[in-house]
Amino acid sequence: MIRPHRTHALWYAFLLHRVSGIALALFLPLHFYMLSLALTDPAQLDGFLVFTDLVIVKCAEFALVFLLAVHMFGGLRLMALEFLPWSPRQKTFAASAVALAFLISTSFFLQAM
Amino acid sequence: MPETGEFLEVSIWREQDGDGHFESFQVPRRDNQTILDVVSWVQQQADPTLSYRFACRVGMCGSCAMMVNGAPRWTCRTHVQKVADDNRLEIAPLRNLPVIKDLAVDMDPFFDKWVAAEAVFEPSQTRDDPMAPITPQDPMRIAASDAIECINCAVCYAACDVVAANPDYLGPAALNRAWSLVNDSRDDGQDARLKAVSGGGGCHNCHAQQGCARYCPNELNPTLSISGLKRATAKSLLGWGQ
Amino acid sequence: MLNLHLYMAQRLTALIMAPLTVGHLAVMIYAVQGGLSVAEILARTQGSLAWFLFYGSFVFAVSIHAAIGMRAIMFEWLGIKGTALSLISWGVCLLLLVLGGRAVWAVTFAGAGA
Repeated sequence: MIRPHRTHALWYAFLLHRVSGIALALFLPLHFYMLSLALTDPAQLDGFLVFTDLVIVKCAEFALVFLLAVHMFGGLRLMALEFLPWSPRQKTFAASAVALAFLISTSFFLQAM
Repeated sequence: MPETGEFLEVSIWREQDGDGHFESFQVPRRDNQTILDVVSWVQQQADPTLSYRFACRVGMCGSCAMMVNGAPRWTCRTHVQKVADDNRLEIAPLRNLPVIKDLAVDMDPFFDKWVAAEAVFEPSQTRDDPMAPITPQDPMRIAASDAIECINCAVCYAACDVVAANPDYLGPAALNRAWSLVNDSRDDGQDARLKAVSGGGGCHNCHAQQGCARYCPNELNPTLSISGLKRATAKSLLGWGQ
Repeated sequence: MLNLHLYMAQRLTALIMAPLTVGHLAVMIYAVQGGLSVAEILARTQGSLAWFLFYGSFVFAVSIHAAIGMRAIMFEWLGIKGTALSLISWGVCLLLLVLGGRAVWAVTFAGAGA
């Protein structure tokens, strides 16, 4: 399904970074709108926040935190690649970025439960 | 080379005047056979109208580059036994370049971008001046030497998804050569060069996928060179000089 | 599609946002304990200049960063170019700035209260 010339770790790192960026960019307007309800309709916001007790919503929040963390760590990896002396261990950094993001989002999830 | 008795199912791209499709051939399998051997067998024994390019056939000139099972490679340096799963091969012209006929592509856009990136040496002295002393241990010389072995085969250009998505993108080979010249202390064209690689098709479009480094037959790393260009252009923007 | 200026703007906003993101993640991990409510959020943020500056700069930086990122994606994956590309990119930036600014205002100095 993935074209042969793309089947390597650093291409997947690019794809993950891009997809997480798109997801965050689509999520943010909704996030901002919800928060601004604190100004216009706090009761409605509290109503929405009750939904956050649902497990499925907590899973969605876990996914969002993961996407934010992986996008940030992936971005830092990219900027290290561009502006710091070149390291041959690029793939290790890419894997570490994913691992760290997973760690952070799992901590969030455990606190949320 | 003795025939093994097996046959390869080879799908080869045929194109003339814009009409393109894959055509199947059955090619006898041999020990130690390369993809170039396969293509040559088809042209010599099965279909003399097949067009393709090669020259040195020993992995030095880069003329025989094609897409082999979806990956850009030098066909003279690709053994059939390394890439043929179940005796199947798919051979197509290099990606991201216009097709002239069958497996032969038009390299003009590739070389036009080379020039557009100012990947061309600009002399600062004449034959009447003393020779410029360049020590091999100089860090800039080492950086230039690491990038200099490019023979313009366009494998990296074919591997790059940014080239595919952005028609203006100068591409890994041109930018790699530009970087080697940024590190050439004899060169006088640095301002024009940094400007040339800072536009809408410039080095800042590289997403560091490193398909170029993965497939370069000379083991160069254009992504590394492009990162150098990013640093050099950022420095010149922030006024920190060379 | 990215030129030197767009690239630098995106990288600089990324650097600005790195510590802001770490801070935001830490706050979220703390705040999500025991459930979320308007009262709890406002108790933290209302009337606070520090939170206003923190999230205000976050919104400013992300509006630029996300718009440039979406610009590259629209060009490479959707083939949008020229004036249309610039218009949509600026649209993304302004949308995030306006909505984000409203949200920051709502939880700091708007004085709505629960």
